[in-house]
Amino acid sequence: MNLTPEDVDHVATLARLGITAEDRSRFAEQLSDVLEHFRALHALDTTGISPTAQVFNIHSVMRDDVARPSLPREQVLANAPRQEDGFFRVQAVLET
Amino acid sequence: MTGTHHAGTSPATDYEVVIGLEVHAQVVTESKMFCGCSSRYSGAPPNTLVCPVCLGMPGSLPVMNRTAVEATIITALALNCEIPEFSKFDRKNYNYPDLMKGYQISQFDLPFSQAGWLEFDDPANPGQMRRAGITRVHLEEDTATLKHVRDSSGETYSLMDVNRAGVPLMEIVGDPDLRTADEAGSYLRAVRQILRYLGVSTANMDEGAFRCDANVSLRPWGQAEYGAKVEVKNMNSFRSVVRAIEFEMVRQRDILDAGGRIVQETRGWVDDRAITVTQRSKEAAHDYRYFPEPDLPPIITPAAEVERLRSLLPELPDAKRHRFANAYGMTSDVADTLTQTRALAEYFEQTVNLSDNARAAANWITRDVLRILGTTGAEIDQILLTPAHLADLIKLLDTGTISVRTAPEVLEEAVNTGSMPREIVQQRGLGQVSDTDALTTAVADAIASNPKAVADYRAGKATAMGFLVGAVMKATRGKGNPGLVNELLKQQLDG
Repeated sequence: MNLTPEDVDHVATLARLGITAEDRSRFAEQLSDVLEHFRALHALDTTGISPTAQVFNIHSVMRDDVARPSLPREQVLANAPRQEDGFFRVQAVLET
Repeated sequence: MTGTHHAGTSPATDYEVVIGLEVHAQVVTESKMFCGCSSRYSGAPPNTLVCPVCLGMPGSLPVMNRTAVEATIITALALNCEIPEFSKFDRKNYNYPDLMKGYQISQFDLPFSQAGWLEFDDPANPGQMRRAGITRVHLEEDTATLKHVRDSSGETYSLMDVNRAGVPLMEIVGDPDLRTADEAGSYLRAVRQILRYLGVSTANMDEGAFRCDANVSLRPWGQAEYGAKVEVKNMNSFRSVVRAIEFEMVRQRDILDAGGRIVQETRGWVDDRAITVTQRSKEAAHDYRYFPEPDLPPIITPAAEVERLRSLLPELPDAKRHRFANAYGMTSDVADTLTQTRALAEYFEQTVNLSDNARAAANWITRDVLRILGTTGAEIDQILLTPAHLADLIKLLDTGTISVRTAPEVLEEAVNTGSMPREIVQQRGLGQVSDTDALTTAVADAIASNPKAVADYRAGKATAMGFLVGAVMKATRGKGNPGLVNELLKQQLDG
């Protein structure tokens, strides 16, 4: 499976990563290798095994609808690079 | 043919308009979808209903809120959906500051429900119903709220409040079965009414508890394939949904007529300018990279559980409306009015049970009770006039204890004080006077002081009798039994 430099650009954009032209071809190669590695799984015979997204044999784990106290706001905002009036202050991101 | 050529005509004369709506409704719960923070965020100071799960902290794990899951399945059942036995949550990945985790937990390919339908009033044919398919009803989490601000130096930034993030949010996806903007409005009203009947959502659009996006496309009549679809967002009222669709129909028609091509894109409704503007074209469309949520096990809903939830469904608006029309012999308009809300319908039926007079109950409620609600802005369960009060008033009338003229006064007093009509009538001496002796004096007085009317009556003027009855009623402050007054007047005049 070979990723093109355009694939890398697309993934980088989705991940909000700025990459150089040099990174681009190097990552294309490395990511292709990673995918190639996982191709090994295709060799397994999965006849009769239904697909699953979970490895644990549990389902429908739910909680009762009961509210409990939240964190103190100082803790909520403790890691915020910027805050204002109890809000997180973030760069304006307006969809255009 | 130019676009202006069409001014004033409907785009629907040249093209078939295809509309599908996506409704998001917040589910009424105590706690959030995946953690125990309170979901009652309205009015809470910013970032005070937040925990490590809301913040997407490493190591925090979501756990599903059973009430929200059940509310979603109940809604899906009310919308005639199939409930698959196996369901799961997925991650919808995108970068925007309203998401703390960089993804929203939603449902992608295996939602809680699919393939349902909804009937709504056909705006083109009053009294008739139209049916639209429901693609699916699924569950997801609401996002944080952002306030866009500009400081004194002109720098723009956003202030984020995470309180709303994680509130359970139901998405009702409709099939592209709607053909006019009015149908879209009618469909939305039907959805909102069902959500409120079920009590699963307040469905208040102005509070953001009910939101609607519209997919609009045009195609030449008879063409099987859909045209390129435009998704319209940012409508904040039912009226703006209808207006946005109407605008979009004309915009697309004009482009097609000019030989242009419709670009598949997302457009935003700008209410004060009454137009839609490009938000995002397909080229820049999101690539959500959905994948199964590894932190949540799948959900299995056995058939028995589906039946248990189905048994919790209340009588729905449509069924109630038909039953009212049939059981109480009322017009469909009156049945419609009385079933607007479940609470009003219950108020009516309680009044009927207590008074045994459905016709009077319907009249009093559609006329007076709704007027009171309108002027006070109160909900039906907040007013002092309960079904017991109204039934009491109806009985006083039915037994002839009070006259129709006194009833409004008694009603107003009951509404204002919460006193029982029976007590009000006693305390204020409003009982109808059916006592012949008492009325005979009043009748004699009326005859003595209105010689002209008496002369007119004797000259054969029919209106003169009405005038004399009025005089007696005035003298008895409306309490005279009208039948008896008439009889006594005739006796004294003719005798």
